[in-house]
Amino acid sequence: MSGASGQQEYDVIVVGSGAGGGMSALILSIAGLKVLMLEAGRHYDPVTETPMFNLPKEAPLRGASTPDKPFGFYDATIDGGWQVPGEPYTQASREPQQRFDWWRARMLGGRTNHWGRISLRNGEYDFKPYSRDGQGFDWPISYADLAPYYDKTEMLIGVYGDTGHGLENTPDSPEGILQPAPKPRAYELLAKKSCDELNIPVIPAHLAILSQRQDHTRLPAKLFPNSELGQKVVAGSMQSRAACFWATPCGRGCSIKANFQSTTVLIPPALATGNLTVITDAMVREVTLNKAGKADGVIYIDKNSRQEVKVKGRAVVVAASAAETARIFLNSRSPLFPDGIANSSGLVGKYLMDTVGAGVGGQIPALENLPPMNEDGSSGMHLYQPWWLYKQQKAGKLNFARGYHIEMSGGRGMPGAGAFGGLQSFTEGAYGAGFKQACRRYYGTFVHFDGRGEMIPNENSYAELDPTVVDQWGIPVLKFHWQWSEHEINQAAHMQKTFADIITGMGGKVTSNIETDGRKAIMNGGSIIHEVGGTIMGADRKKSVLNQYCQAWDVPNLFVADGAPFASNADKNPTLTIMALAWRTSDYIVEQFKQRNI
Amino acid sequence: MADHNDNSSTNLKRRDALKLLATAAVAVPVLGMAGHAAAVTAKTKGAELIYRPTDPDMLKPVVPWSMTLTQAELDDLAVLADIIIPADAQSPSAASLGAQHFINEWVSAPYPQQKADLVLVRGGLLWLNGEAKKRFGKAFAQLSTAEQRQICDDICFEPKAAANLKHGARFFAKVRDLTATAFYTTEPGMADIGYIGNKPMASFDGPSDEVLRKLKLKS
Repeated sequence: MSGASGQQEYDVIVVGSGAGGGMSALILSIAGLKVLMLEAGRHYDPVTETPMFNLPKEAPLRGASTPDKPFGFYDATIDGGWQVPGEPYTQASREPQQRFDWWRARMLGGRTNHWGRISLRNGEYDFKPYSRDGQGFDWPISYADLAPYYDKTEMLIGVYGDTGHGLENTPDSPEGILQPAPKPRAYELLAKKSCDELNIPVIPAHLAILSQRQDHTRLPAKLFPNSELGQKVVAGSMQSRAACFWATPCGRGCSIKANFQSTTVLIPPALATGNLTVITDAMVREVTLNKAGKADGVIYIDKNSRQEVKVKGRAVVVAASAAETARIFLNSRSPLFPDGIANSSGLVGKYLMDTVGAGVGGQIPALENLPPMNEDGSSGMHLYQPWWLYKQQKAGKLNFARGYHIEMSGGRGMPGAGAFGGLQSFTEGAYGAGFKQACRRYYGTFVHFDGRGEMIPNENSYAELDPTVVDQWGIPVLKFHWQWSEHEINQAAHMQKTFADIITGMGGKVTSNIETDGRKAIMNGGSIIHEVGGTIMGADRKKSVLNQYCQAWDVPNLFVADGAPFASNADKNPTLTIMALAWRTSDYIVEQFKQRNI
Repeated sequence: MADHNDNSSTNLKRRDALKLLATAAVAVPVLGMAGHAAAVTAKTKGAELIYRPTDPDMLKPVVPWSMTLTQAELDDLAVLADIIIPADAQSPSAASLGAQHFINEWVSAPYPQQKADLVLVRGGLLWLNGEAKKRFGKAFAQLSTAEQRQICDDICFEPKAAANLKHGARFFAKVRDLTATAFYTTEPGMADIGYIGNKPMASFDGPSDEVLRKLKLKS
């Protein structure tokens, strides 16, 4: 079709092409619905565009981070970062502690192209946090509601890990679902030994990376037992994916499709159904409403012609990223919804959450002068530490209500921009032959521990429309309000002490300041790029924007499929839950079409 | 530096775009370019790429800015780079691998960090030659190895540098960091420290028994 068409009515318009939009488009198109996907960035194909083995020396500044490419030249992110030219956002406060840094990726597949692939399930407590400790909100669903979708999502996208640990609030996947976990690296084993002494569990991480090829003869029938089309397109997709060859960073994307990107795993099979149309460079401004109070389409700005285009759909799924989704809702004003579509609760944009982040580095003498070994591995973690102090927390022995998991990094990675930059404190400024010796000695001996912790939603962390600023597409922009509570700040301080203990237990030296004041350790809001909330789901339409099917309470054919429905933000990285939830929502939408409710 | 890509028409166009960008000094879309074939059933004309610094060709990278440093500055940086990373039995020197040209690329870049580093490096080079003349009556490059080391010893570690030499120490640290980046991102630099990754492998086998024993993780 041509991008300017306004005649055709689609069954469903999906706004966004990342984890939530990609999953929605796949499930809806497999069910036979005619789907239009709108993406604000350009078309992107990891198979032809990924710089797989390219060396830093071939890149400007040896691949260093710049404002144009904040995660480095080879990072998959295109037209994205903390700032997007021509698309500003504003802060309500100048205080650093009250900032929200908003990472966007304007490209097909969105942030799935560069993400860390960490795929942890929320546990039972994570869906009912209010019931457990009186803070925040319960979700209107429980772990049991989402568990089958976690199973299916893991089988579809391919997640490595292992099972059978039985740890509290750290769900094991059923047997036969996960891909085999890769063997741990040397520094990971050393960290495990230290953690064993500290009674911190260390188990294989779950990452969305194929450690072996998917079984395309068995899995499609398990995933889509009643859909020949679904089995066919998913089998084709699985056959096109190779297993990881244990080289090149996932953050660049993956031309052999060994890791999960919406652009390699969700959108191609969705297109293969023949039921999906994708329009890129389409910046959605608002969802439109008909006289009956139902959504009847969206208006987007075609970035190439700078013209606005209206497209019609019988249902609309917004998956533009949590804050962008709230922005679209707030900008969708009508006589029925003067404060934004589906906003009778007044809660659109409210309860924005990120993940608590704080980290500590260390140098480990035991790792010095080891023989050369290849530690590239999957490029992500092979082991991690899930939260372990549930009982102490329940007993009131900690000064923060929720937990964190630990992500560790280190090893003999490829030297890039900044290599050996921090060495002078170890060598008292060596140069010459002494410097070369020191680089040989210290290479691969540095480790880093990052805490990723739960933030409790609060009244002071939200986004609203800035009444005075529009972007270059004429769309009013978001103004962010942010405030950490004592729970997050105290948690960040706890991370600092824990990581120092682990490093010391490894016989190492801590190389960063250990902050006892969590305010100094905690990273800015938004900077972990786990933005969720903004159109939260709930059981009470006065206290939430969406019901348990991520369906707007006020507009029955309007749905949200990204992180915006999250009623809490467990320490578990959100992407897997976004996909599982989007699949469940899509099943519900298909059912509503069948019952002619839409 | 923009010349190391090939001569296909696409790249000629790209180079023109880059020249425009370099002179315009603002990051705005300046030129439409034939782009990646769209596999989706989307518009094709509208999917044409526009060059943006936020969307560079990662498979054929170019440095889209012109170089700032003078030949005399490059010569001085080469001397300094070889003092920081000299040749030895295991690997060549930093300047022989072009560290001074990388430093030029770095300090010529249009970003705030690099602009600050330009001041630090250029000012530092003038300071270094002034210091050399003050102490020994000659420019730094003309000094004997022992004389050069005497100055470098005084500025190689800022916490221990004399109060009146701390700015020199800051300059030296910057050149050492940039020289290390330049050297260790080359194949000889990677080989020097024993980086053996970036190779496709059928399996990831984890550390060897030898490594496990050294780490006391196995007896």
